[in-house]
Amino acid sequence: MTGLGSPRVELRNIHKSFPGVVALDDVNLSFQPGRVHALLGENGAGKSTLIKVLSGALAMDSGQIFLDGQLVDVTSTTAAQAMGISTVFQEVNLIPAMSVVKNMALARNNGRYGFISWKRARKDATDRLKRLRLDIDIERPVGSYSVAIQQLIAISRALEDNTSILVLDEPTASLDAKETASLFAVINELKSNGIAIVFITHFLDQVFDISDDVSILRNGQLVSTDQIKDLTRQDVITQMIGRELDEAEHTAADKSNFTAGKDMLVAKGLGRHRTLAPFDLTLRAGEVVGLAGLLGSGRTEMVKLVFGAIQADAGSIEIDGVKMPKISPQKSLRAGIAFCPEDRKAEGLIGELSIRENIMLSMQAKRGWLKRVSRKEQEKLAEEMIKALAIATPDAEKPVGQLSGGNQQKVVLARSLASTPRILLLDEPTRGIDVGAHAEIIALIRRLCADGMALLVASSELDEIVAAADRVVVMRDRHKIGEIDGKEITRDNIIQMIASQ
Amino acid sequence: MNQKYWPLLATITVFIALFVIGGSMYNNFLSTLVLGHILADNAFIIIAAIGTTFVILSGGIDLSVGSMIAFVGVVMAVLDSAGWHPLVTIAMMLAFGFLFGAFQGFIIDYCKIQPFIMTLAGLFILRGGCFMVTLDSVPIKHPFVKMMASTRVPLPGGGFLTTGAMVMLASLVIAIIIAHYTRFGSNVYAIGGDRESARLMGVPTRKTTVLTYATGGIYAALAGVVYALYTSSGYPLAATGAELNAIAAVVLGGTLLTGGVGLVAGTLFGGMILGLISTLIIFHGSLNSAWIMISSGILLFVFIVMHRFLIGSFGRQKLS
Ligand SMILES: Nc1ncnc2c1ncn2[C@@H]1O[C@H](COP(=O)(O)OP(=O)(O)OP(=O)(O)O)[C@@H](O)[C@H]1O
Ligand SMILES: [Mg+2]
Repeated sequence: MTGLGSPRVELRNIHKSFPGVVALDDVNLSFQPGRVHALLGENGAGKSTLIKVLSGALAMDSGQIFLDGQLVDVTSTTAAQAMGISTVFQEVNLIPAMSVVKNMALARNNGRYGFISWKRARKDATDRLKRLRLDIDIERPVGSYSVAIQQLIAISRALEDNTSILVLDEPTASLDAKETASLFAVINELKSNGIAIVFITHFLDQVFDISDDVSILRNGQLVSTDQIKDLTRQDVITQMIGRELDEAEHTAADKSNFTAGKDMLVAKGLGRHRTLAPFDLTLRAGEVVGLAGLLGSGRTEMVKLVFGAIQADAGSIEIDGVKMPKISPQKSLRAGIAFCPEDRKAEGLIGELSIRENIMLSMQAKRGWLKRVSRKEQEKLAEEMIKALAIATPDAEKPVGQLSGGNQQKVVLARSLASTPRILLLDEPTRGIDVGAHAEIIALIRRLCADGMALLVASSELDEIVAAADRVVVMRDRHKIGEIDGKEITRDNIIQMIASQ
Repeated sequence: MNQKYWPLLATITVFIALFVIGGSMYNNFLSTLVLGHILADNAFIIIAAIGTTFVILSGGIDLSVGSMIAFVGVVMAVLDSAGWHPLVTIAMMLAFGFLFGAFQGFIIDYCKIQPFIMTLAGLFILRGGCFMVTLDSVPIKHPFVKMMASTRVPLPGGGFLTTGAMVMLASLVIAIIIAHYTRFGSNVYAIGGDRESARLMGVPTRKTTVLTYATGGIYAALAGVVYALYTSSGYPLAATGAELNAIAAVVLGGTLLTGGVGLVAGTLFGGMILGLISTLIIFHGSLNSAWIMISSGILLFVFIVMHRFLIGSFGRQKLS
């Protein structure tokens, strides 16, 4: 307990279990007004479950919630909202096909007798967006905006006049540094208005930047609650993963054994009108190529063009010196290229299928649908992947939709690895992944490349690129602006290149 | 121009094109008389399709529509023979349609049953119900019905609107208001777009699902009433397969079968296109009615492909 006056919200003895998992085990926590409370823990520790209970999206098995000292019964998200508990959930929750203003007006009372006054709804939406200094066309569908903008829309939607506690589940996972800074400015403003803020993230830097208190969950249990000033990074990591992690492990990966092999994939003048300017790119065996650039600079587009998920209208690709007649995802898979997309919800995973089935999808596609993989082999492979990537699940048959966010990301990764590709394209491989697993994934990337695989890794985290890449491609405004090699790869050099005109 | 109107625009273009083609082939085709006839003949299908639009927008499907139309017809006819006033039976049947739809929606949501299966059961139950009520075609003789059948509003150019067509247009206006100016309407789009997100955003998903199928039910019942007045009878085998025509009208109108995207107004034109095709072929005289289905089928197919294309360019737009 921080013991700083009366808490805004107090959670007592919260229990919640799912079949085969105890997600929350006797958790006691309190959140103070005017303070930012970071909630940390490994993937699957129970963070999202805790805030879903707090915000009425999930019913707890037992426990009590006190709001300003009053015992309350949070039966639904609407009830929570009415009490002043505003939440932005982990997966951006908006309806992509509906316009911004319709999303804002959804489940809101602005008009009588069940009617919506669009005039009021528009004004309300504009006002809300203004609070986050967001100036966008509110008539356009939400799905046509970048994930970052969608995140900000979701936050401005959640904020009410009577909001007394704002809960943000990994709000910065898809924001770049500038957007994060403007979000933090908003958080600080809200904080000075006496709102209690609960903030979940896997970025430790951000925890130290913005939070006042830190609570750590592990396997559904509360490990500790401290003020940030009493903690060091190392303390936090140790408490999170229950062992010491040498942080050097994840900043300085072992690149000494690097010798670039033969060219495996050569793209010449590949591009698409209005999407990405034509670029050249070579991927070599045993080499990790990092793809750096700000959000919207064309990282994702480049990876997708190479894979064929976006059709190029210029240029060509050679694989092992043989020119590919047409680039399509299926052809790429056959040629031994695997792609691990950024947006797992829309493109990556099928929520109803089990971990095993999801892992099998790409492998089966590669083999052709006639040559079935035996059930035994499937199970063995799935078990291996679960172990290798430390996916938190009771077994391989759990539907992917029921895994925690970070663990879903690991399944996406497992799926592309299962097809034993020779060329692997990763877009934001560590989004939403905890520090421990983060280091393991980078180590895994290095290991794969030592085995002669060619890798292309797009990431918004410069540290990750610096740690993993042998060569860095830098992007700006939908153009490839250059490459950085070997010893030259440092955070500063990359930033300088992006900033140079 | 907002992209969400593209499919509607495509539908209207096809409608006008077909109408003009008809005009170039036959004298007197381009007239309010023909238009009025198409509206009169297809009023019941379009009304049913409007209800189906809500169900499809919510991500569901309703197969019980045709049976509901027949059931409403036979009950009205039999109660007419028993001396009930049609207005009383109409009110009763609309209430029944609403409750039956609500029941289907509740079971679908509460028991997590596929809408396809639940409404297929509804299709069988209601059709069976028709046979319980009567096995024959029963005429409706009340003077009120005669009066309704002969009431017409003249249109400029010699055409006219029948009662059925006016009921259809009125119910379309109401549906547009519901879809675009009420919270319920927004909620329907939301649960069709992404059910789980909608739930987290505070949309009452169960209530919305129940009300959606109830809306489908009351519109189907209204279609039954209009059909009964149009034919002045009730027949247990009437309107078999009408649910499929309704779905076709919805799809031609630009609504995505996967839910969340579409406009109620499109359904009017979708239904009119289907009506126009059969009128064109009947006008031709020597083509047999098999061609009605074949050309409707081809058009449906072309539309779905075109949709894919429109959505595709929409998806790419996102990147630029
Ligand atoms: N709907 C569900 N059904 C079954 N199990 C679930 C469900 N939701 C969560 N779980 C399980 O509960 C545990 C806690 O999940 P939770 O989403 O709270 O993790 P988290 O701490 O938010 O992780 P991450 O950092 O990856 O987002 C996980 O083991 C997860 O598999
Ligand atoms: Mg989570």
